[in-house]
Amino acid sequence: MVQEKLNLILLTGRTIDQGVGKESGKSTKLYFDSTTMCYMDETDMNKLGLRNNDHIMATTEEGSVVLRAIKHPRGAMPGMIYIPYGPWANAICSSKTTSIGMPSFKGTPVEVKPAPNQPVLTLEELLKKEFGR
Amino acid sequence: MSKIDAVTCPVCGCLCDDIELTIADGVVAQVKNGCAMCEAKFFSHNNDHRLKTPLIRKDGKLVPSTYDKAIRKSAEILAKANYPILYGWSSTDCEAQRVGVELAEEVGGVLDNTAVVCHGPSILSVQEVGIPTCTLGQIRHRADLLIYWGCNPWSAHPRHLERYTAFTEGRFKGSEWKSYINKVKAAAGRKKLRSLERIGVLKHKPEQVAPTVSDNKPPAILNKKGRKLIVVDVRKSMTAEMADYFLQVKPGKDYELIQAMRALVRDQELDVEEVAGVPVEYLQQLVDAMISCQFGIIFFGMGLTQSPSKFRNIDVAISLIRDLNMRTKFAIMPMRGHFNVTGANTVFTWQSGYPYAVDFSLGYPRYNPGETTVVDVLLRQESDAGLVIASDPASNFPRKAVEHLVKKPLIVIDPHMNATSLVGDVVLPSEIVGIEKEGTAYRMDHVPLPLKKVVDPPKGLLSDEEILRRILKEVRKIKSKKLEAA
Repeated sequence: MVQEKLNLILLTGRTIDQGVGKESGKSTKLYFDSTTMCYMDETDMNKLGLRNNDHIMATTEEGSVVLRAIKHPRGAMPGMIYIPYGPWANAICSSKTTSIGMPSFKGTPVEVKPAPNQPVLTLEELLKKEFGR
Repeated sequence: MSKIDAVTCPVCGCLCDDIELTIADGVVAQVKNGCAMCEAKFFSHNNDHRLKTPLIRKDGKLVPSTYDKAIRKSAEILAKANYPILYGWSSTDCEAQRVGVELAEEVGGVLDNTAVVCHGPSILSVQEVGIPTCTLGQIRHRADLLIYWGCNPWSAHPRHLERYTAFTEGRFKGSEWKSYINKVKAAAGRKKLRSLERIGVLKHKPEQVAPTVSDNKPPAILNKKGRKLIVVDVRKSMTAEMADYFLQVKPGKDYELIQAMRALVRDQELDVEEVAGVPVEYLQQLVDAMISCQFGIIFFGMGLTQSPSKFRNIDVAISLIRDLNMRTKFAIMPMRGHFNVTGANTVFTWQSGYPYAVDFSLGYPRYNPGETTVVDVLLRQESDAGLVIASDPASNFPRKAVEHLVKKPLIVIDPHMNATSLVGDVVLPSEIVGIEKEGTAYRMDHVPLPLKKVVDPPKGLLSDEEILRRILKEVRKIKSKKLEAA
């Protein structure tokens, strides 16, 4: 049966496309495409009835963001979603530094649900929405 | 058309210094030996996203201005501020970083570099327990057991394997490139067999070979001769795909896994079946391989520093190395991200005594991570101005921290338009260090390397160092005028 939402663990990190994107320019299509996606395990995607490139809404206590779900290409990673570093990942990352200066970029609980009718915001739209600039 | 060889690549902490460039009509036309990120960076000096004139925000919009006006405005913001933050520094040269420390002291601000959201916890651990480490050259020539823990060099340091570890031809240890190619070929053959079986051409059923997490046993390859590559991660990254053995740990459980390994290294018995999702039997085989190697190394990345327990993960990882050194020779090294983040830590330490999170507000340097770290200052909403250089916190800080950064006057110095430049109040374009300006950078193993100037910068652009010097001069002028007036 298809579930409405899943509670998973949020991981953020590097991918080679995100790396090439950030060096080519943060306003390039490559950077946008590589940082507005998230890897999910196939079993989790099936639970939500998702196919590759379907939009999802990821929500943590910090906020929500719409991303594209992509099946993790190698091995299993049930219970986790992996978003490449970028403004979209940081819209929902935990800012808790546990008194050592480092925010919690990995290991935050996240709620994921399908968002078929919601668009992925562009960098300008995201900055406008979050910071009014 | 001209060729320049032995160019140092200004992208990641590997600082590969064997890049060959072809320059045609004053622009980089070809990049040889570099990885995908290296190529993108060298070609980026000529792209549309380049900033070419200073910008100042007027009525909510960034409008073109001149360096004189933008520098004057920046100096006014900094001279007026009580507690400004000066953040970034990791993608520029040591020469600019040196001026940055002087400026931070002059304006009494908080000086921090990108290590705070990267290997800051590693620095804290090193200060607590020390670090048995070495240079990458030693690893290249001698290491026979290579462990990547919570890092994915295939994505973040693409030539690390090829230049310094498993796939390099060292003086005493050979490259494992051929055995990797054989493995890839064998996997392709097995895939072909499976598809033949599926369509019914093959009558004899081949052995089941598709690996899953549960049957990811330490293979016999841990006993093979030559270099062994092991990857520990929460998901199967591309680097894990290349490894001789991939150990999948449950998210946030690295601490207990390392503690269990420490117990096994000390010949203690564990009375549990599995730790952090890994059966103890496999762990024992891994520890045996570690003890029986001649020279092992653990490289660790954000998987340890950013997951829960943060710097305590590094504490135990370094302690594990200490235990292993009772039995064999082992070292550990953080995989530094930006090409000169190690330089930023080094320069800040020369000048102030502390590697990051240095607070000059009392007139002398003070260091208290958790209080003087820039993310905490922003979350407590204490800063009243910001200068960001050679980094992009609007992309890489959590939203709440950026909210306060944007609320206060923000000066941005960067060669390219990025998220931080888009939300800045004064934006100063600069020359790209390592392409349009020469300088010095520190590799991840603390070896300083020279960066070359290979093309001329766009006309009229200033370097980070020059911009900072002019801001500093202007700040001093404003302050002395205030003193005179008083």
